[in-house]
Amino acid sequence: MSETKKFLYVNRKAPYGTVYALESLEVVLIGAAFEQDVQLLFMDDGVFQIAKGQDTAESGMKNFSPTYTALGDYEVTKMYVDKESLEERGLTVDDLLPLVWEDEDDDYAEKDSIILVSRDEIAALMEEQDVVLSF
Amino acid sequence: MLHTVNKSPFTNNSLESCLDCVADGAAVLLIEDGVYGALNGSKVADKVKAAMGKVTVYALSADVKARGIADKVIDGIKLVDYAGFVDLTVENDKVQAWL
Repeated sequence: MSETKKFLYVNRKAPYGTVYALESLEVVLIGAAFEQDVQLLFMDDGVFQIAKGQDTAESGMKNFSPTYTALGDYEVTKMYVDKESLEERGLTVDDLLPLVWEDEDDDYAEKDSIILVSRDEIAALMEEQDVVLSF
Repeated sequence: MLHTVNKSPFTNNSLESCLDCVADGAAVLLIEDGVYGALNGSKVADKVKAAMGKVTVYALSADVKARGIADKVIDGIKLVDYAGFVDLTVENDKVQAWL
């Protein structure tokens, strides 16, 4: 296997209104399949991608939000969420999907994947990556 | 007259322009990403609540539910289904879509 790189997927668009969120998720799964160090950042309207309680039955669209909860099984364990974006939208972390991963080095303990970050922390997070992909 | 808004109020000024240009008694229907304008507690909620004194605000239930915000809609915003959307376009003589 070739070298592992640090990838950050920056998600800034609401789901359903455009195809960005779904496309990002597809590329995240590809990155994870190639055993890269994959991290996700949700900011601006991107925080709506991981809102819980999404129900697309009436609209007839595909509800792809359950896929986010499966990412822990693909060793995607870091989902950064911009605090300010949540506040502007009247949301808290309790309004988000319960995103967790199992730590096999810690007797498969379930751990939170969501990490709330400030804008300053996002700046540092972007700087430490090898690759940044924008959606 | 019916006004529709289909863009998120957090990325686009369509909702703001719409609310600045509605006459008393008009109907405003939030659809697609426009339904985020119905979110209680957001930074645009006060502006929407203020407008509700003179216009009736509706939101398309299919789009509200898809986005997981059904339990966070501002009190007084009326949820309509697709048939209700059709009724609004029939009841109103004109439609302005704030794209």
